Amino acid sequence: MNRTAVITGLGATTPIGGDVPTLWRNALAGTPGARPLEQDWVAEYELPVTFAAQLSSPVADSLTKVEMKRMDPTTQFGVVAAREAWADAGLAGEGTVDPDRFAVAFGTGIGGVWTLLDGWDTLRTKGPRRVLPMTVPMLMPNGPAAAISLDLGARAGARTPVSACASGTEAMDLALQLIRSGQADVVVCGGTEAAIHPLPIAAFAAMQALSRRNDEPERASRPYDSDRDGFVLGEGAGALVIESEEHARARGARIYAELAGSGVTSDSYHITAPEAEGLGAARALRAALESAGASPEDVSHVNAHATSTPVGDRPEYLAMKSVFAGHLDSVPVSATKSQTGHLLGASGAIESVLSVLAVYHGQAPVTINLENQDPEIPLDVVTGTPRQLPEGQRVAVNNSFGFGGHNAVSVFRSI
Amino acid sequence: MADKEAILAGLAEIVNEETGLETEEVQLEKSFTDDLDIDSISMMTIVVNAEEKFDVKIPDEEVKNLKTVNDAVEFIAAAQA
Repeated sequence: MNRTAVITGLGATTPIGGDVPTLWRNALAGTPGARPLEQDWVAEYELPVTFAAQLSSPVADSLTKVEMKRMDPTTQFGVVAAREAWADAGLAGEGTVDPDRFAVAFGTGIGGVWTLLDGWDTLRTKGPRRVLPMTVPMLMPNGPAAAISLDLGARAGARTPVSACASGTEAMDLALQLIRSGQADVVVCGGTEAAIHPLPIAAFAAMQALSRRNDEPERASRPYDSDRDGFVLGEGAGALVIESEEHARARGARIYAELAGSGVTSDSYHITAPEAEGLGAARALRAALESAGASPEDVSHVNAHATSTPVGDRPEYLAMKSVFAGHLDSVPVSATKSQTGHLLGASGAIESVLSVLAVYHGQAPVTINLENQDPEIPLDVVTGTPRQLPEGQRVAVNNSFGFGGHNAVSVFRSI
Repeated sequence: MADKEAILAGLAEIVNEETGLETEEVQLEKSFTDDLDIDSISMMTIVVNAEEKFDVKIPDEEVKNLKTVNDAVEFIAAAQA
C-alpha cells in the first residue's frame, strides 16, 4: 500500500501568534517574537541571557484551571495547538473519525522540565509528601502525545519522536509512514516545547548557543547575518492533521497541501556540531525529495532550519547547494526563526505549518534582521515583504536539524 | 479546631481546586470515586492539601477508608480533637 497523505488542519501557539491566522499574518509582516524576560529568576540567578521568545497569548485563556494544573506547559501548549488543528480540519464533534484508525505523533525536545525541576524544589524544601502525585505523568516526554490522544480520542497509537530540534519534523515523518503504510487514516502530528526555564537557559548559554544581544532582543535572532551570535530560545507548539487523501476526500475536507515526502538521516559525526559540509543534511534532503517523487528543480520554496548560530547556518547552505546546485538561485528561502525564535522540538512543527501555508497561499514569509548577509551564505533570502511563489504546482521543503546529528526534512506540495 | 461544617466547606474548596467540581456538589453522603469521579492520584493530592489546611496527619493506609466525604470530615474532626 502506498497512499497519499494530505494536510487538512493546522494549529499553533507561538511567540508571534496564539493561533494560526495570527501566526501567518505576523509571519508575513515580519514580527520579532523575542522580548526581555520579566521573571524574578533572571536576576536571581544572574543569567547571562535575559530575553526569550515567550508565547504571545497565554494558554490559560483556552484551558480550564484543572487542565492547567494537571498538565506541564509542554502538554498545555501541545493540547491547545492540537485542538485548533482538529477544529480547523472540521473534525471537532463526536464520531467524525474511527478512533482505531486515528493516531498521534507528537514530539518534544526536552519534555516537562518545569514539572521535573519544580518537583525537585518541592522535595528539597517541603519533603516527599508534598511532591505532586501527578509529577511523573506531567514530566514524561510522551505526556503531550498521550494527552492529545485522550483529548481527541486516538487509539491507533500515541507516539513521541524525540530528536532535539528535529523532533517536530520527525513527527511529520512518522505521520507520513503511518498514513502510507495504512496503519492509520488520520494522524495529529506536531511538536511542543516549554523550556524557557532558568536551567535550560543557563545550559544553552554555557555551551555558547544563545544570542547575548540582551540590549536588543528583537534584533537578536538574525539567521544568515554576519553579526549573528546564537539562537533565541522560544516556546510553543504546532500541530497538523494529516489524513489519507481518500479519507479526506470522502468527507469533503478542505485540503491545504500534500505531505509529499520526508527524509531522516543521522550525521554520526559530533554530539552537537553539524557536520561542516552539511553531508548528513544533504542526504536527508535528497531522501525527502525522492520520497516525494520530486526533483530538486521542482522545489519553489525552502523554510530553512537557520537558527542564527555562527556554526549552524552555513552547513545547511552547503547541503542545499549540493542538492539544488544552480537551481538554488531561484529558490526563495525563509528563515522564520528570525521571528519566532527557536522552539526546539516544536520548531519543525511550526515551520511545517508555515511551509504548508506558503504552498497553499503562494506566499513565502519574511526573514527579519538580515542586514549584512554572510557572504559565505549567498542564498536568495526572503526579506522585507513576503515573496509571491510561482503559479502552478508549488513544492516547499522544511529542514530541521537537532543536537545529536539528527537531520529531518519534509516536502509539501500544493494540490 | 474547626467544626464539621467548616471542615466540609474547606474540603469542598480543596476538591474544587483539584477537580473543578462545584463546591456545592461536595456533600457528606457523596462517594469520592463513585459520585465525584475522583481518581486515586487526585485523591492523594486532596489528602495532602487537607493535611496542610487542617493541620492533621492522614496516614497513607487510612486513605482507602475515606470512601465518602463524610468519612473524610469525621476523620479530620477526630484527628483535630
